[in-house]
Amino acid sequence: MDDFIGRALLAGLAVVLMSGVLGVFLLWRRMAYFGDTLSHSALLGVAIGLMTGTSMNLWIMLVCALVALLMLYVQNNPALGSDTVLGIIGHSALALGTVALTFLPNVRVDLMAYLFGDILAVTPFDIALTWGLTVLVVGVMVWLWRPLLSLSVHAELAQVEGVKVWWVSATYMLLIALMVAVAMKVVGVLLLTALLIIPAATARRFARTPEQMVVFAVLLGVVALLAGMGLSLQMDTPTGPSIVVAASGLFLLTQVISQRST
Amino acid sequence: MSITHLAKLENIGLHFGQRVILHDVSLEVYPQSVLTLIGPNGAGKSTLLKILLGLQKPDSGSVWRQPDLRIGYVPQKFHLDRLLPLTVERFIGLNLWRHDAAAVRLSAEEVGVQALLPQAVQSLSGGELQRVLLARALLNQPQLLVLDEPGQGVDVSGLSELYQLITRLKQKHGYGVVMVSHDLHLVMAATDQVLCLNQHICCSGQPEAVSRHPEYLRLFGDARAAGFAVYTHHHDHQHDIHGCVVPLPTDGEEQRHG
Repeated sequence: MDDFIGRALLAGLAVVLMSGVLGVFLLWRRMAYFGDTLSHSALLGVAIGLMTGTSMNLWIMLVCALVALLMLYVQNNPALGSDTVLGIIGHSALALGTVALTFLPNVRVDLMAYLFGDILAVTPFDIALTWGLTVLVVGVMVWLWRPLLSLSVHAELAQVEGVKVWWVSATYMLLIALMVAVAMKVVGVLLLTALLIIPAATARRFARTPEQMVVFAVLLGVVALLAGMGLSLQMDTPTGPSIVVAASGLFLLTQVISQRST
Repeated sequence: MSITHLAKLENIGLHFGQRVILHDVSLEVYPQSVLTLIGPNGAGKSTLLKILLGLQKPDSGSVWRQPDLRIGYVPQKFHLDRLLPLTVERFIGLNLWRHDAAAVRLSAEEVGVQALLPQAVQSLSGGELQRVLLARALLNQPQLLVLDEPGQGVDVSGLSELYQLITRLKQKHGYGVVMVSHDLHLVMAATDQVLCLNQHICCSGQPEAVSRHPEYLRLFGDARAAGFAVYTHHHDHQHDIHGCVVPLPTDGEEQRHG
């Protein structure tokens, strides 16, 4: 197998592992829009990184973390109308990032790579970073599992029962912010949320417990990754969107099958 | 401050923008005693519970709870997303650091939902859900039980049973209860103190006294006579005549049209 394919697979596996664990909660807490806002904001991080000539990963994480905290504030102040505010933040950051990139005369920027991912171009450093973050994300999620599940079921009930709702929520959002920085290379900022929610939504059909749903979401993510990369290599299609197409195909397939069986 | 209190609210005030939600509300909660909040929609009943629970900060006034007070809470609106696969058993034990099947079963048996344990939470009927919520609230051996309309979605026959259950378990566990309820006639019997709320406290006291209070009558009409009838016969009367004293039924005649 070619080297770049192996690297792509390694990075992709880490990302679907992370997105499976994080994605189910995005569904349960009806936060799909949050994922979009966060990943769109990543492009602003890209622009700042390129303009200042400093670490792009660091800036993406910083911008996303900042946006996550901003959204947490908005969530706690329902008067602001969270859907609207999320839309404004996410799209403004995306537009601002795109505009800012055009002001870089000396850098040839492949915008498509940021918008839709470029998994075949991941470096060994990217892989190390991705796996490092995956270990961190999965570790923290295991630790946070019970309180996060409890507050996803009912936040006020969880708080009365002693869950530190704000801290748990903030930590979860920051983990997504971290994930965005590395997952961007796989599917890009525009399709990143798809990787979080589609395998999780597909997994719901088979799961009888929350834990099962995570396991199935990860497995389905792996299948989508392999199928998508296969499709991309065979048909010469862009890899990120191909993975999402495969994930959507799996979702549709399971819907049809489970409808027949009922 | 007496140490017999479980919790105490003093001169609570809260407003959202221009709208006054609560004005100068005080209350005390004691062990083994039931405090019922009544009042029209938008009277601030749920908000007052949230302040008592520490979920909402008041603009003014003081909130005191016994240190490390164990609270069981049944929220007003509970809806579990269909995308979250969760059995009743897991739901009841969700606040445990480690799942304890025996404790969950015991709590479920107390409220009579042990048969529902393997079911999905989303499959429950309104009445079953309220009981399951109660089982979860009881799991932690609460000293204070806070119930926000525990009777919602429960049919009429199940309703009195539910309130009797809450009262019966009170004797066993010794918890104090604060609840919001619209089922005046059913709650009155099991209540030690009624607090009639409409942004401010209209009136408070023992159930019989409150139900004769002019402020109460202004808000709810003269439900006194009807309340009495329903109280003994367990069916509701909506055909109340304003201001008129409905004569008490002397025989079974009244029961036939329930």
